Amino acid sequence: MTQNQGYTTADGRQIGGTVMEMKNITLKFGGVTAISDISFDIHEGEIRAIIGPNGAGKSSMLNVISGFYTPTEGEVWYQGAKRPLMRPYEVARQGVARTFQNIALFEGMSVLDNIMTGRLTKMNASILSQAIWLGRARAEEMANREKVERVIDFLEIQSIRKTPVGRLPYGLKKRVELARALAAEPSILLLDEPMAGMNVEEKEDMSRFILDVNDEFGTTICLIEHDMGVVMDLSDRVVVMDYGKKIGDGTPTEVRNNQAVIDAYLGVA
Amino acid sequence: MLYRTAGQYKTSYEADQALFPVRQDAILLMVVLALAYVIFPLTASEFTFQTLLIPILIYSLAAMGLNILTGYAGQLSLGTAAFMGVGAYACYKMITLMPWMNPVIAILLSGVFSAGVGVAFGIPSLRIKGFYLAIATLAAQFFLIWLFEKWAWLYNYNASGAIQVPNLDILGVYVTGPLASSVTQYYVVLVIVTLLTLLCINLTRGTLGRTWKATRDMDIAAELIGINLMKSKLTAFAVSSYIVGVAGALFVFQWRGAAEPNLFEIGLSFEVLFIAIIGGLGSILGNYLGAILIVGLPVVLNIVGEIELHDVSLAVWVIIALVLGGLFAAAVSLRSKGTMIGVAVVTLLLVGYAFAQSRGFELHSAMIEHLNIMIVGSLIVFFLIIEPHGLARLWALIREKLIIWPFPH
Ligand SMILES: Nc1ncnc2c1ncn2[C@@H]1O[C@H](COP(=O)(O)OP(=O)(O)OP(=O)(O)O)[C@@H](O)[C@H]1O
Ligand SMILES: [Mg+2]
Repeated sequence: MTQNQGYTTADGRQIGGTVMEMKNITLKFGGVTAISDISFDIHEGEIRAIIGPNGAGKSSMLNVISGFYTPTEGEVWYQGAKRPLMRPYEVARQGVARTFQNIALFEGMSVLDNIMTGRLTKMNASILSQAIWLGRARAEEMANREKVERVIDFLEIQSIRKTPVGRLPYGLKKRVELARALAAEPSILLLDEPMAGMNVEEKEDMSRFILDVNDEFGTTICLIEHDMGVVMDLSDRVVVMDYGKKIGDGTPTEVRNNQAVIDAYLGVA
Repeated sequence: MLYRTAGQYKTSYEADQALFPVRQDAILLMVVLALAYVIFPLTASEFTFQTLLIPILIYSLAAMGLNILTGYAGQLSLGTAAFMGVGAYACYKMITLMPWMNPVIAILLSGVFSAGVGVAFGIPSLRIKGFYLAIATLAAQFFLIWLFEKWAWLYNYNASGAIQVPNLDILGVYVTGPLASSVTQYYVVLVIVTLLTLLCINLTRGTLGRTWKATRDMDIAAELIGINLMKSKLTAFAVSSYIVGVAGALFVFQWRGAAEPNLFEIGLSFEVLFIAIIGGLGSILGNYLGAILIVGLPVVLNIVGEIELHDVSLAVWVIIALVLGGLFAAAVSLRSKGTMIGVAVVTLLLVGYAFAQSRGFELHSAMIEHLNIMIVGSLIVFFLIIEPHGLARLWALIREKLIIWPFPH
């Protein structure tokens, strides 16, 4: 299943070839080895989950993918080429967008402005044109606003458009963060525990949004999640991590029946 | 009632992002512009031009420059005065090297030099933040003052070490120097400040503004969503220093008429910073409110010091009482703790002063100076604790309440 070919999921969706591949990634912080020699791939259009107990190294892996951490060893391959050493903003400009385990919104800005920041990589009117607010800058602002409004409609947050994010409850903040990531029209969307701390209803909404994003825009999604039920429902394939090592990789059913996984993770939960 | 938004529907994103989505704001602005462009110039005395109108505009502009950097992009700076100095000296050199140059163009170009210097001293911001960056900008402050003193070429080797603004005209009308009239100088300042304010509004509401605010609010997240932090910070230093530099050129050429290096000492940096804080970090309007307060306060105190309170007629006392009472009632209904405390303090001070004066107490000018410092100091503490977003936030609160008044839900 790791060849550079597509496959068909249990529910009959056609998945494309490999879009991102982690090759023998090791990440050390001083004496701590957060990730040790992990390889896995992400196919175009699939929903890929990473699960594992607390401190397993899941967030660290997402940080490697988004360029925030540079792996101590190993290579990241993206769209068929080895990714050179890059600043995180350059990775983002290649079409990798993400949300954070601890919400990282811009608290001093409105919901609309927060989501508009998701489109900054697509906006390049000159300073001068922005200063006089004519021509290029104005047209660009309107065109991007329109895209953002589509995301706002999609995630059903029209009514809080102008609210400062600082005033929003936790669940809505998570949704706005997703909106900001979606506004970037990413090829890969990384979600770090998108449902952590939510109530059942909010979790259902969020699951629906994730499935819809994948379905409607064909966005490749890599998500970290603790709730096993959610993972089983959402994801096409699952990587299981424990103490920085990969102990399982496959479809939800395969993973659930893997003895190492049961011992390390499911057995405990 | 005053701010009725009902019936003002937005039919496009363009309209939604217009500068004044609410009509009353536009009307208010028209009134202010009419005052600034027509009424004040027609009625103001020489004293009003020189102690209030011109300095308020120049300080507003300097604070706006600093606000771009600190309020919008989140980069602390204590070197504002030195960057003002760069603008002033650059303008002086341009005008003395090229006497044929249009002085207004020279003033606008002088900001280019301070922008360059600002970017150079902004480079540490790529590595350090907050308090440490503030200390690094102090280095700029001290180094540049030293340069203004030691580099004689800057002041054309004058024996005094000072620069004198020459008389320069545009089409026969003197706009700088001792021969220029206050009205002309005021108009030059007003037009430039209006223009740069417009540019600042546009920059801060668009792409660049969002880039800056994202950098300010959470730089790590900003970088992970695709913002080049280096570019974001350095453009903030460039734009900010440009505006501060132009403010410095105006400061010397349109107001002081002469300058020595110590004019740009750190005290001025703090004064501008106080205006930005009291007015409101991350606001354009706030710079004006802050400058009115800081520049206006000593003038008002001096006037109060000269008034014999027992000569004030009952009618005036009644009006003062009504205004204060009305403000307090408004503050209570708006639940604005800050305004309530403010009104209460002003009332107490007034009553206390009236009582003291009836006992033979007199406000000397030296005392007024101390009083000014004490009041500004308490205002800083007050705003930092009660209303960190300054006067602009207080105004926004009042405006917000007026929109739903008298039907709060
Ligand atoms: N910046 C860092 N510096 C030092 N150690 C770190 C750093 N980031 C992560 N670690 C360590 O790496 C290990 C893996 O952390 P990580 O956050 O990736 O786990 P996780 O699987 O996301 O856990 P959780 O489910 O709690 O979010 C932990 O032992 C953590 O302490
Ligand atoms: Mg984590």
